[in-house]
Amino acid sequence: MSGDRRNFLKKAAGLGGLLLTGSEKKAHASFLKVNPDQFGVLVDTTQCVGCRSCEKACNEINTDLPRQTAESFKDESVLDKNRRMDYRAYTVVNRYPNPLDEGKPVFAKFQCMHCLYPACVSACIVGAFTRAPSGAVVYDPWKCMGCRYCLAACPFQVPAYEYRNVLAPQVRKCTFCFDTRLTKGAIPACVQACPMEVMTFGKRNDLIALAREKIKESPGRYVPHIYGEHEMGGTAWMYLSGISFEQIGFPRLGYYPAPAFTEPIQHAIFKWFLPPLGLYATLGSIMWFLNSRKKNK
Amino acid sequence: MSHDEKAAPVGKKFFTPGMMVVVAVMVTGLGVGMYRMLFGLASTTHLNDQFALGLWIGVDVATGVALAAGGFTTGALVYIFDREHFHAIIRPALLTAMLGYTFVGVGLMFDLGKWYNIWHPAVPFMWQGNSVLFEVGMCVMVYLNVLYIEFVPIVCERFIGRVNLPGKLGRLNYPLDMLLRFADHILGKIMFIFIIAGVVLSCLHQSSLGTLMVIAPYKLHPLYWSLLSPVFFLASAIAVGFPMVVFESMIACRSFGRKPEMHILTPLARYTPWLLGFYICLKIGDMLFRGTYVYLFEYSAASIIFWIEFGLLTVVPFFMFMSRDIRRSPRGLFVAAAMYIVGVCLNRCAVFFIAFDPVYAEKAYIPAIGEFALTIGLVATIVFIYRVFVTLLPVLPAPEHE
Repeated sequence: MSGDRRNFLKKAAGLGGLLLTGSEKKAHASFLKVNPDQFGVLVDTTQCVGCRSCEKACNEINTDLPRQTAESFKDESVLDKNRRMDYRAYTVVNRYPNPLDEGKPVFAKFQCMHCLYPACVSACIVGAFTRAPSGAVVYDPWKCMGCRYCLAACPFQVPAYEYRNVLAPQVRKCTFCFDTRLTKGAIPACVQACPMEVMTFGKRNDLIALAREKIKESPGRYVPHIYGEHEMGGTAWMYLSGISFEQIGFPRLGYYPAPAFTEPIQHAIFKWFLPPLGLYATLGSIMWFLNSRKKNK
Repeated sequence: MSHDEKAAPVGKKFFTPGMMVVVAVMVTGLGVGMYRMLFGLASTTHLNDQFALGLWIGVDVATGVALAAGGFTTGALVYIFDREHFHAIIRPALLTAMLGYTFVGVGLMFDLGKWYNIWHPAVPFMWQGNSVLFEVGMCVMVYLNVLYIEFVPIVCERFIGRVNLPGKLGRLNYPLDMLLRFADHILGKIMFIFIIAGVVLSCLHQSSLGTLMVIAPYKLHPLYWSLLSPVFFLASAIAVGFPMVVFESMIACRSFGRKPEMHILTPLARYTPWLLGFYICLKIGDMLFRGTYVYLFEYSAASIIFWIEFGLLTVVPFFMFMSRDIRRSPRGLFVAAAMYIVGVCLNRCAVFFIAFDPVYAEKAYIPAIGEFALTIGLVATIVFIYRVFVTLLPVLPAPEHE
C-alpha cells in the first residue's frame, strides 16, 4: 500500500516537473533505465588547490600508461597552460583565473564523466565500450578496430587516441578504476589520494542530495548548478563550482543524451526490419508491374 | 539481364601519356599508404584527439560512397523503372560502383588504427545494434558483395568458351568454363533479387552515413547538424548518381577518342533537376524551419563552406541542369556535372571535419600532405583499375565505327 502511494507521488512529482520545467529535463527518463544505486563522484572545485596528487595517483595505478616520475607531478608550471587528457594521462588538473578574487585561482580536475547514457557506448561499432551497472564506462581494447568514432561522438571530448602507436593503438580514457579498484571494493585512486577531500565517492543519488545541501548552506560559495546532474542526460561524475562552469573549462551542454538523437532514427529504420522489407517489396512490385506490362504489349 | 547490348572490350593502347601520370600519382599515393602502415597515423596525418575523423573519412569513405551512387541509381532506372534506353550506361556505372566501394574498404584500412580488426563488426558477439556505424559497416559489406555478384555476368560473357589458362593450369579450363556457365545460368534467373537488394542496401547506408554525426549536436555546426541529415545524405547521393555517370562517360569517351554519348547523357540529365531540386528544397526547408539562416552571414568555416558547396556547387549546377541548351552541350553538361560532384565532396567534408567544431580544439584541422597524397593516389588507382577492366572486359558500349 505504502509502495503504491510512493509510486503515485513519484509520478505526480514527475508530471509536475514536466509541466514546470518543460519537456526537456524529464524527456530522457523514458529513454533508458539507469541503476538508481549506481556510484558517482562529486567534485567540489572550490576545495581544489591544484597539487596534482590525483594525477600522480592515476599514473601509479594505471601501469599501462607511460611511466612518469613522482617528481614530475610536483612541477606546477604545467598549469600555466590548459591541458586535456591524452594518451599519457586519464586525468588532468587545470588552473583558471578567478574573476571574484584574483589572488585565488580556481582549479578543476578533468577525467571521463562516465555518462549515464554514454555517446561512446552508443557509437562504438563493435561494442568495445560498455557501461557497468556500477556506473563505470569501460573499454575493451581487444574488440576495438580504431575507427575513432567515439572520439567524435563524446560531448565532453574525453577519449584520446594513441596516434603514435603504429601497430596496436588504443583509445585512452579514465576507467573509474573499474578493474583495478572498484571491483575490489576500493574507491578510485584519485579520490583516495586527494589531500583536500575535493572528491566524494558514493551513490550518485546521495551525492546529488549532498551537493544540493552544500549549495543551500553556503549560497555565496557556489553557483546554483550541479554540473553533470542533467548534462547530456546525467553523468556519474558531477561538479560544484564557485564561478560559472564555462569559466573553468566545461562545455555548455543540453539535457538530452547524445544517443537520444541517433538511436531513435536508427531504430525507426530497422523497426522489425519493416522499412527495408517494405522498400524491397515496393520496388519489386514496380519492377514486376512494369515488366509484365511490357510483355503484354 | 540480357546480353544483347553491344558492349565490348576497348581495343586501345593501354599506356598513354595520361595513364603514365595516373600511374605516377597512384604509386606516390600507395607509397604514402605504405609509410602510414609502417610509421603510424601520427607521422602521416594531422589527426588529433579533437579532430579524430579527417580527410580519409570525409573523402575516401563518405564521398566515395556518395559518388558510387551511380551504380544503384542507374540500376533502379533501367531494371526497376524499366528505362531500356539507358542500358548502355549500366555496366560502366556498375564497374565504378564496384571499384568505388572496394576502395572505400581499402581507404578505411589506412584510416583504422587497428586495421587488422576490420572483420570484427561481422562477428555476432561484437554486433552493436545501437551504433549507426555498425549499420553503415554491415550494409556496405553486404552491398559490396551484391555488386560483385552483379558484375559476374560481365566476366561470364567475356570468358565463357574462352577460358584458356597456360601450362598445367590448362587442366582447369574445362571446370572453370562449366563454373562460369553455371553462374551465368543461375544469375540470369535471379539477378533481379540482387538488383532490388542493391537499391535497398544503398538507401539504408547512404542515409545512415548522414546519421553518423547527428550524435555530436554540440560539435557540428548548426548549418550542418540536423535530424534530417540522413535524408539529406540519401537525397544528395541519389541526385549525384546521374551526374557522376555523365562525368565518367565523358572522360572515358575523351580518353578513348570517342564522341560523347549525348543521345544517352542528355536525356539522363533531364532527371537531375528533379532529384537535385528535391534535395535543395529539403535543405532550404530545414533551414527555414530550424532558423539556421541566421548563421549564413557569420564569419566561420562552416558558413563559408556552406556558401561554396551549397550556393555555388549545388544550386548553380541545378540551374545549369534546368537549361535544355546546357544539357545538350557536351561542355556545359560536363561542367555542371563536375561542379555538383565537387559540391557533394565538399558537403561530406563539411559534415565530417570542416564544419566540425569540437570543444578544446587548439587549432583547425588542415589535412597533411600525406593525407591528400593517399586520397588522390586511391582515386588514381581506381582510374587505373577501371582502365584495366574496360580493356579486358565488355563494359563500355562498342563504338559504332570500329
